Amino acid sequence: MAKSHKPVVWFPFAAGGTVIAFCIPVIVVLTFMAALGHVPAGLGYEKLHAFAGNGLGKLILFGVVALSLWSSAHRLRCTCFDFGLRADTLVATLLYAAAIAGSIASAVFLLRI
Amino acid sequence: MSRNPLIREVPPTSWYFRHPRYLRYMSREITSIFIGAYCVLLVVGLQRLSAGPAAWEGFLAALKSPASVVFQFLCLVAAVYHAATWFNATQKAMPIQIGEDFVPGNLISGAHYAAWAVLSVVVLFVAGVF
Repeated sequence: MAKSHKPVVWFPFAAGGTVIAFCIPVIVVLTFMAALGHVPAGLGYEKLHAFAGNGLGKLILFGVVALSLWSSAHRLRCTCFDFGLRADTLVATLLYAAAIAGSIASAVFLLRI
Repeated sequence: MSRNPLIREVPPTSWYFRHPRYLRYMSREITSIFIGAYCVLLVVGLQRLSAGPAAWEGFLAALKSPASVVFQFLCLVAAVYHAATWFNATQKAMPIQIGEDFVPGNLISGAHYAAWAVLSVVVLFVAGVF
């Protein structure tokens, strides 16, 4: 029997940390290229829309965004504490609520595609 | 009878200046600010993508603003720093024991770096960069 809610917070945090480490740098490279005016073919509307329209594509995009959001929220909570903001309950509530809201919003946007 | 407990005063907002190790820790902590902000950008991107071709083109155009270029450059530095420190930590976080011996730590971290490189190249290829 689980006696602590920590594993629930920890699993997506660790999974998210791994996803951020493996996936976010290359995704930033793609959008950075677009920002510099060399839009990669895969970021064109047709290609990306087709990718996000596919079930597996939706799952990948949702997994990356939701896990990264959750992990970032947890790390930001720790960062706030380390910088001396000790209202941990308030900070945790706000950040986790934002991560959940962002995840639900991502799912809704993906389902519309 | 009871002595006063030892209480070391730790300044809550400036403790990390006391040792370079703490500064390195905090420099990694700060990357979460950029990663978190970038995640918000990704959610906005999904919204624009779902809103149709014109909205998506507008999103790509907005990415080209100078502020966005600077922001994304900082995100790239933060993401790579986060990834490198994460992979360096794997050998401490999940040591692998075979029989009596532990697998060398650098092998574990090295395998993560190799997987990272392969995955990044595959994503770039699928995205049509080359």
